[in-house]
Amino acid sequence: MSSILKGIAASSGIAIAKAYRLVEPDLSFEEKKVDNPGQEIERFQQAMATSRSELEVIRDRAKTELGEDKAAIFEAHLLVLSDPELISPIEDKIKQDSVNAEAALKETADMFVAMFEQMDNEYMQERAADIRDVTKRVLSHLLGVKVLNPSMISEEVIVIAEDLTPSDTAQLNREFVKGFTTNIGGRTSHSAIMARSMEIPAVVGTKEATSEIQNGDLVIVDGLNGEVHINPTEEIISNYEREQDQFADQKAEWAKLVNEKSVSKDGHHVELAANIGTPADLEGVRNNGGEGIGLYRTEFLYMGRNELPTEEEQFVSYKEVLEGMEGKPVVVRTLDIGGDKELPYLNLPHEMNPFLGFRAIRLCLEETDLFKVQLRALLRASVYGNLKIMFPMISNLSEFRSAKAILLEVKEELLEEGVSVSDDIEVGIMVEIPSTAVLADQFAKEVDFFSIGTNDLIQYTMAADRMNERVSYLYQPYNPAILRLIKMVIDASHKEGKWTGMCGEMAGDEIAIPILLGLGLDEFSMSATSILPARAQLLGLSRDEMKSLAEEALSLSTNEEVISIVKNAVKL
Amino acid sequence: MAQKQFTVTAETGIHARPATLLVQTASKFDSDVQLEYKGKKVNLKSIMGVMSLGVGKNAEIVIHAEGSDEQEALTSLEETLHSEGLA
Repeated sequence: MSSILKGIAASSGIAIAKAYRLVEPDLSFEEKKVDNPGQEIERFQQAMATSRSELEVIRDRAKTELGEDKAAIFEAHLLVLSDPELISPIEDKIKQDSVNAEAALKETADMFVAMFEQMDNEYMQERAADIRDVTKRVLSHLLGVKVLNPSMISEEVIVIAEDLTPSDTAQLNREFVKGFTTNIGGRTSHSAIMARSMEIPAVVGTKEATSEIQNGDLVIVDGLNGEVHINPTEEIISNYEREQDQFADQKAEWAKLVNEKSVSKDGHHVELAANIGTPADLEGVRNNGGEGIGLYRTEFLYMGRNELPTEEEQFVSYKEVLEGMEGKPVVVRTLDIGGDKELPYLNLPHEMNPFLGFRAIRLCLEETDLFKVQLRALLRASVYGNLKIMFPMISNLSEFRSAKAILLEVKEELLEEGVSVSDDIEVGIMVEIPSTAVLADQFAKEVDFFSIGTNDLIQYTMAADRMNERVSYLYQPYNPAILRLIKMVIDASHKEGKWTGMCGEMAGDEIAIPILLGLGLDEFSMSATSILPARAQLLGLSRDEMKSLAEEALSLSTNEEVISIVKNAVKL
Repeated sequence: MAQKQFTVTAETGIHARPATLLVQTASKFDSDVQLEYKGKKVNLKSIMGVMSLGVGKNAEIVIHAEGSDEQEALTSLEETLHSEGLA
């Protein structure tokens, strides 16, 4: 039966492939007595044997595809599976208490997990995770449920999930994941941002993707219209194949603009830059004609692992990005963790309001050791290109002053050690908290630049959690309240001879671009795939006309009114 | 019963890869093989047992083997310790 789910178009394009459900299997069971413990032990041994041969296959594939290093973890898992100290207590328990294998396994494994978790050695604590992983695998075989191995996907699929965390996405093989769809999330959730940076179509917020789509269903993800088709008819498939071709043609048309300048019809030049998460995204930036990096989200270096990245690891990544951009500006945002981005190994307490809590610069100014390692790596890399450093979540001037003081302290240390550091590194801030936008005139005297983070600025100004779908209607980028804040920031920077960029989703939005051009925004930073369409639009706009349009927009009262005058003026 | 004392010289002690190799080596033999550290003995064929000892640098450890192939087991484990730069 063919059916359709509606969601939010999060990343453009069309993907057609088989569904792969990335959903934690239900491993619940009841403890019960068994009549024949001998048979139960046999059932347990069978599940262990199946798990072992499965892991051997995974290990061998990991060895050839991911390298010896990544395969080591599976080697350790295999040893846990053959561990006599794990196996005999389980078998004893089944025999003596006549309980089912599931219960005996769970109880014994939990005991080991607790033991390793209590050790004050980080390495041992990680072993607890290994035991948990292995237990899940055996348990799922006992219960006859399928185990997930997302890193082992080896055919073209569309991933179906409740939500995708950054560490989930890091595990996905870009070669085979053609698109994805999730139950929750919006245009600015992490899953959506990741999809755009991976340049794969995605529809998020479908509410029922995981309940409606089964493994192996044929799925079409329409990232242009926000639709997901499940087991579509031949006719729908061929229509979509045609649309896929048209989309490819449109892209080819845009591609002609790769080496063009970003200039308005009346000769006003702006910079169209890209947002990236890892050095791997550089290729997309080059292919899409990015004139710089307006936002390098360094938190991906810290995610999907069990410990902090070393100074050297960070240095290598920063250097790669700076060299790869060949002297074009690269704005690096220092660690922005907290909110929807957690680092389990930092053991931060759970907060009621993480978006209003201990995150980003607040954390870095407290955990200065961690902050200094990043700054050292950045400064060491600074000689390889045009580095600009940006602090996130600044809400008042003393935060900026403290952060900058630490930066200067680290720079002194490096110079004393004889390490060369670039002399002209601009130091700026993200403007994403209303207090900072309102006080932009004071900030402008001390910072070198502003970059407006619209996703958070809108969420904080409208007091609407951007992870909560029920209040997603309050995500109103064109609300004159937001536009006035943006204007304050741009004007304040120009008055001091500084510049303002924007690195939120709004910067690549076809309704926002005319207004932002009119307001005098200097740099627009967006997903790499949005750059060429933005450049195409810009070539047809007059800066002078947009100035008047922006003025009119600022005098309106609602989001909808602004949308309507922009649509009238620029014919979208 | 065969036994021998070693001093761990590896910077990180016995965990991760070295522990894996020791357990894999011990498991090849029929004899009971035990690792003793600070008066605590664990089964050297158990990865979780070995790691639970938390053997660090400069630790004095004793390996005990008992069974039909105890000598071979001990020799083989000694080779692993040396080739991995553990002791």
